[in-house]
Amino acid sequence: MKVSAGILLFFLVFAIVGPWLSPPEYLRTNFDLLLQAPTFSGGHFFGTDELGRDLFARTMLGIRTTLLVAMVASLVSLVIGVSYGAVAGYCGGRIDAIMMRFVDTLYALPFIFFVILLMVAFERNFLLIFVAIGAINWLDMARIVRGQTLSLREREFVDAARLMGVSTPRIIFRHIAPNVLGIVVVYVTLTIPQAILVESFLSYLGLGVQEPHTSLGALVDAGVNQMEGASWMLLIPATVLALILMCFNFLGDGLRDFFDARRAT
Amino acid sequence: MLRYALLRLLGAIPTLLLVIVLAFLMVHAAPGGPFDDERVLPTDVAANIQAAYHLDESLPQQFFRYMSGLLRGDLGPSYRYRDYSVSELIGRGFPISLQLGALAMALALIVGVSAGTLAALRQNKLPDRIVMFFAMTGISIPVFVIAPVLVLLFAVKLHWLPAGWSGVTGPAKFILPVITLALPQIAYIARLTRASMIDILGRDFIRTARAQGLGTATIIRVHALKPAMLPVLSYMGPAIAAIVTGSVVVEEVFGIPGLGQFFVRGAGNRDYTLVLGIVIFYATLIVSLNLVVDVLYGALDPRVRRR
Repeated sequence: MKVSAGILLFFLVFAIVGPWLSPPEYLRTNFDLLLQAPTFSGGHFFGTDELGRDLFARTMLGIRTTLLVAMVASLVSLVIGVSYGAVAGYCGGRIDAIMMRFVDTLYALPFIFFVILLMVAFERNFLLIFVAIGAINWLDMARIVRGQTLSLREREFVDAARLMGVSTPRIIFRHIAPNVLGIVVVYVTLTIPQAILVESFLSYLGLGVQEPHTSLGALVDAGVNQMEGASWMLLIPATVLALILMCFNFLGDGLRDFFDARRAT
Repeated sequence: MLRYALLRLLGAIPTLLLVIVLAFLMVHAAPGGPFDDERVLPTDVAANIQAAYHLDESLPQQFFRYMSGLLRGDLGPSYRYRDYSVSELIGRGFPISLQLGALAMALALIVGVSAGTLAALRQNKLPDRIVMFFAMTGISIPVFVIAPVLVLLFAVKLHWLPAGWSGVTGPAKFILPVITLALPQIAYIARLTRASMIDILGRDFIRTARAQGLGTATIIRVHALKPAMLPVLSYMGPAIAAIVTGSVVVEEVFGIPGLGQFFVRGAGNRDYTLVLGIVIFYATLIVSLNLVVDVLYGALDPRVRRR
């Protein structure tokens, strides 16, 4: 768990600081150095791509895009999921039953196809990717928050708030929501890899980020096209992507076991 | 039992309706018609094309036309593959995708359940750690990374297996695509099996069976396997959805002319009717397979039916 957190922190710093140090590097084409294999002496640690662009700089940009999309998407799913779950759990009764039945219905949908449909039908808008990915990932969050809220609303401080005449929306968002944040943060570490998967899947299909911008999924896609002659173009972004996903999964699993003692056996 | 199945069936209908309405609206809300990006057509020709595809009608009219076609199994004409209807294209691509998916699912179940059981029997020992590490790796690495890396290794470098699909005869062409598709599911199923097997093996009835002198193999086969399979069974729904999604990538990487490839091509060149048709087809497939899983679950676990 600590190792995962360390690696992720390293990638995060890498993603934030890296492109900032040499901003235009990922755009600069160099037609004398097409498909250069990785070398330490030539200055291209990860080699170059089919347009002679430095793969090291492009990988850093890719990590940055991927992490950014994943975090914003997780934030969107967090806001939707927490609001939805808290309202359902607090209101209870028939409202709760209908709202959760709706979630069950949505669970059965092949969401990824809707995202693809959305990307096909509308322009490949970067903002839309965030929203679309966030909009499909809130279901788990809503269920977890609802469960927590069901027990929270029986607690004394909620009774006290109600007796003092605090309005229902205020109770939900000022008193209930902050109290579920602990468990929510744990589940966010598990939503982030899902968001990364969706984003890179879309980019891989050519529906995500557009050139010259790039993400890890788009880099893997570019690598597949060149893999027979330039295997590093596939292997480097693929390894980085797999490593990031593994770290998030290990971290999320570890955190969940830590907070949820019942499952930790 | 029949009542339970019928209730589930009734529940599936609104889900499907929601899918159809959402997908239909999304496609029709798209800016620009399907024929806009070609050369500029004379207005009367454009109007004729619009009329031929019924695009001049109002949205509700178009929806009811589409729905009545849908009920008869007609998904309309493809906008890009001239002379083909969407149903014909689906009929052509689906058998191939189905073969792939079914093989991958079978492989995932066999390997996943065996590995999970092994890990549960050797809990916290070396075999368990190895299985769990590979399972976490399998969950973390997306299909579109596994597929090209396997091709690179086994086809490009080692020349053991064919890299593509067309021109290859015999079952060898199935090996890489099926393994690619199955790997993440093997990982999930192994983890689920391990967790539920550990739970079941700690129960009293297993201790009783042991006390009666039964061997481990018999206990697993006769007593533990069925109850331990319940969580795996309830994972079958998401697994089917994941295999369907994965096959989109796998078919693209290996050049397999299945439904997933039609979908990606259709998405690429804005063949709205084809994309819409495939989304509805897959949604129906996933929802009905989920229904089958639910009913099977009810059959295996009587407690569920009474709820």
